[in-house]
Formats: sequence, structure tokens, C-alpha cells
Amino acid sequence: TPVLAEGYGLGREALPEEIAAWNLDVSPDGTGLPVGSGSVEDGEYLFSDNCAVCHGEFAEGVDNWPKLAGGDGTLARKDPVKTVGSYWPYLSTLWDYAHRSMPFGNAQSLSVDETYAIVAYILYSNNLVEDDFVLSNENFLEVEMPNADGFIVDDRETTEYPIFTNRCMENCKESVEITMRAAVLDVTPEEEGGEAAAAEEA
Amino acid sequence: MDEKERAITPATDSGLALSRRGFLRAGAAAGAMAAGTGAALAEGTPDPLITEVQPWAQGWGDGVDATPYGLPIRFEGDVVRRNVGWLTADVISSINFTPIHALDGTITPAGCAFERHHSGAIELAKEDYRLMIHGLVDKPLVFTYADLERFPRVNRTYFLECAANTGMEWAGAQLNGAQFTHGMIHNMEYSGVTLRTLLEEAGVKPEGKWIYVEGADASSNGRSIPLEKALDDCLVAFKANGEALRKEHGYPVRLCVPGWEGNMWVKWLRRIEVTENAVESREETSKYTDTLEDGTSRKWTWVMDAKSVVTSPSPQAPIKHGKGPLVITGLAWSGRGAITAVDVSIDGGKTWTEARLAAPGQDKALTRFYLDIEWDGSEMFLQSRATDETGYVQPTKNQLREIRGENSVYHNNCIQTWWVKANGEAENVEVS
Repeated sequence: TPVLAEGYGLGREALPEEIAAWNLDVSPDGTGLPVGSGSVEDGEYLFSDNCAVCHGEFAEGVDNWPKLAGGDGTLARKDPVKTVGSYWPYLSTLWDYAHRSMPFGNAQSLSVDETYAIVAYILYSNNLVEDDFVLSNENFLEVEMPNADGFIVDDRETTEYPIFTNRCMENCKESVEITMRAAVLDVTPEEEGGEAAAAEEA
Repeated sequence: MDEKERAITPATDSGLALSRRGFLRAGAAAGAMAAGTGAALAEGTPDPLITEVQPWAQGWGDGVDATPYGLPIRFEGDVVRRNVGWLTADVISSINFTPIHALDGTITPAGCAFERHHSGAIELAKEDYRLMIHGLVDKPLVFTYADLERFPRVNRTYFLECAANTGMEWAGAQLNGAQFTHGMIHNMEYSGVTLRTLLEEAGVKPEGKWIYVEGADASSNGRSIPLEKALDDCLVAFKANGEALRKEHGYPVRLCVPGWEGNMWVKWLRRIEVTENAVESREETSKYTDTLEDGTSRKWTWVMDAKSVVTSPSPQAPIKHGKGPLVITGLAWSGRGAITAVDVSIDGGKTWTEARLAAPGQDKALTRFYLDIEWDGSEMFLQSRATDETGYVQPTKNQLREIRGENSVYHNNCIQTWWVKANGEAENVEVS
């Protein structure tokens, strides 16, 4: 009988080149950050060529595409505007995500230095650095993200679970009034108007 | 009649092929909803579907070579995924919805099980597939697909619910149909290898506290998962509902993270890195964090809490048969264990009746419930309320909003209300 701890002898050892090719993630403490640098100035050109068609020349967003800048102080508002500047806690996430998954449709096409430059430009668009700023692996952790302290670890266990235990069966409330109707808003996809799409087709 | 129309027209040449909408209008005009298709005939008149020999009772059906891999019969053409154009900027990083209003039981047919991609559904052949485990391990490993099939295998059934399911409903009743309000969910029987088996093959070092998992697609969808969960019940799955995963569900290999938000169920899984700390990737900072009323946000809200919805009657599944026996049915589930009870209210939550579970609740899987009533034709405010094995009782939307406000986007597990009107139509509403 095989013993789990001893393994099955399946797979083969990963080579250093293979791990390096896929292990691109960067952590908040800078782990994984490659050596390199890029300026706001270079980033502006690169952003214009690679990113602005969706995200706008000033990272303000085009149409429904994500806004990367703006929204400062809106998080407690009715419609918060969550951007890199107003919401993201760590610069590492921006570098990591842009480097691996952007531009949308042509991911993993940005070099290390290009990524530093674009990240520097997005910081500039959020008024977090001056226009002569150069971002590098050396000064990366010095950049302060405005919403770094804006997150708490899931606290449902103390704030919700003790409360949501009431299984009232009778006389649970006095009256029932309609306070909102989806049909009034009328934003459900439909074929001809009236009912929801599936009923329409049936 | 074009192909699409033909696919959705009822199965008869008898002149009774009214659309549901047309039928509802006709029924309402007649002031009576008691007419089923058969009952439309005058009493005492023989039914020609019985008295006349029908073509299917005389000639041939299809041969066994007609359909090597079949699709549903054309009359079920409305049981399909649907998307909502205005929800996202494009259809590549987007969502569609399972037609839960039309399904029964608990297993979701893979062909209409919802999709959520961040850079589209990629095509990845088994021969091109590689899975890497590295980081804080004794021996970093690369597996081929064939390697994975040689590990001891398990079968488990779990729901996968998108963290954003019902998210459009935070500020009010918005989308009119269970498919749209609750359809970012599916429930499949998975076959695969436990993640624990693979991690033990590589040998996790004592400093390893987290794993970071990512997919082979351009978005990567990287997420951090605490090691305890990884070693508990996560699966590296390659079959769902008996067959290979569908392309759009991660073919050839996906991660299953039972009870936890769907975003973490990384598709086209290519890499597992054992780390000391969470990576805090885009999908766990910018997204899948839940903003509270004061502007702070919860992160790492992994578990999907107990939830339920009445799937029929519902806006897409109105009552067409008039007064009398009515089957109220729906789904319940919890990421914290098995469903132990579902209560149904027809008066907007004033009184509740315990529904019948079709089968005992299963751990972190969909549970089907039924309540058979005698409908007197009056309007109803239909609600369902799930209880799970921890004693957690599904809250109302107002209870959730009191704690979270309206901006948390994700994790809306509130009680849903359908206003069933006297004509049998139903609407998504909020009630006091």
C-alpha cells in the first residue's frame, strides 16, 4: 500500500528556467519584483500607445472601461469610484497585474522597464508622484498608497453570524408593503418587451 | 419561420401554439387562468391528440446514428445561458447566467452552466497542459495531464457560486428573473485528485502558510488560499458530471474550492505556489473585496453564506395553470456545510412553513426544496429562507444592509421576494 507522505513518484522536477517563466507574481513586500526602472515621462508615451484607447489618456477611463485614476474620498459615498489611487492597497498588485495581464488582448507583452514606466505614469495620474518621478525596484516600497489601511479581514464571524440565527415561523412582522419593483426599473434583457427574456421565448 | 423561432415554438400543429405571453394575455382576457392546453377543449369533446393517430405514433423517429452527442430537444430552446449586456464593458471579461428558473433537481447540465471569464474561454489541449507546484516545497514539480490521471481519484458534488451572484440587487430590485438575480451558480459532480495529494507529492515546507493559484489564461486569475483550506477539501478536477470539463469551465483541469466564492475556483489551473504570505493579487484587492458603509472594505471574504431562492414560480416561470395544486420549488445552499431546513413564506415573511427537502442537504452542494400548496388565486409574496448546519439563518436584504450598506458588491445572500400576482405572473420586488 502506498503511503501518502512518500508520494507516488509522479511528475518531474521543475527546472529553474520553467519556474522563472511562470513565477511572475509580486507581493506587497516586494517579493518577486525584478530589477528595473521606468519614468513617468516614458510611461506617458507607453500608456498612450498601449492603454489609453480603453483607460483614457489620463487613466480616467473610456466608456464602461475601468477608471485607473480619480475617485479620491468617494469610498463611503453612495456610488464609490474605486481606482488605483482611491482604492488599491498595494502598488505591487498594480505592477503584477499590468505586467502579467495587460494590455487586455495582448497580455505579457510589456517588458520589465515598460511596466515600471506605466506604473509610474498611473501613479502620476493619481497625483501620487511628481512628473519627474522614476519608479524602480529600489524605491518601489517607498510609494504610499492612500487606501493601504482601508481593508479589514473578513469579520462576518463576529459581526453577522451571531445575529443571523432567528428562525421566526409565525407573526414575524405586522405588514408587508412593496418598496421596490424590478419592472419599474426595466433593465432586464428581453426579446420583445414585457416579461423577462426566457418567459418571452417560451 | 426562422431557425430560432422554430426552436421555441410549442410542439404542436394543432393551432394551440400560443406563446406564453400570448397565453397569459388570453387567460387574463378571459378572466380565468384554469385553462391548460388540454383543458382548452370544451368539456365532453374528445381530444384529437388522443382520438386521432398522431404522426409520431405511426412513422419513425430518428435512428441511433443521428446524434453521436446530443443537445436538448428543440422545444427546450429557452433553457439557455443568458448575458446582460450593460453589466460589463465587453463580453470577454464578463458573466452569463444559468437558467435555474427552468431546471429541477440539483445537478446543473454543463452546457447551460454559467460562465465567468476575465480574458475569455481559452482552448487548452491535454497535450499542452502543464501544472507546476513550486515555492516553499521540498521538490518543485511539473505534471502533465496524464500524470494527474494516475493519482488516486475522488468524486465530490459542490456548488460554485460567483461572489457577485445577486450583486446587482444590493440597492434594490433590479433584474426580473431568478436566472438573472441568482443564476451565477452551478452544481456539478467533480472527479479529480485532492489538492492535498498533489501538495504532499511536492512536500510542503513548514514555512508554507498559503498557496497562490493561477490559470493558464491571460488574466491568470491568481488568488491566495490559506494552506489549511488547500489541505482540507480542495480538488484538482478534470471531470464534471461524468465527462471532461467544458472548455468554458476550465478544460482540461480546474480547481474546486468547496463553499468558497467562485472566483477562487481557478480554471485552466497551471501553477500552485506555496508561499509564506498572501500575494494580495488584483483579484483579492481591487476585486472580491467588499466595501462597507464607512468606506473600509472587507478582504478575504471567502465563504459563501447560506442562501436560497424560489426558482418556480418566478418572473420567468409564471403560474399558467390557474388555481389549485401548485408546486413551489427552489434551491438552497451553504458554503459552511449542509442545508438542514428551508422555510417558505407566501405572505412576504409574516408566516413561514418548512418546505420538504428532496434529499438530505449535502455538504456545500445545492439542495432542492419543494412546498406543495393549494393556490387560491390571490397574490403572494413568495420567499424562501435557508438554514444550515451551523444554525445560520439566511438574512433579509435589510439585515445585510444594516451591517454592510449598499456598496459591498459581492456576497448578497439575502432572502428574495417574488410578487406573484392574481394572473400568475411574478415580479422581482423588495418588501418592507
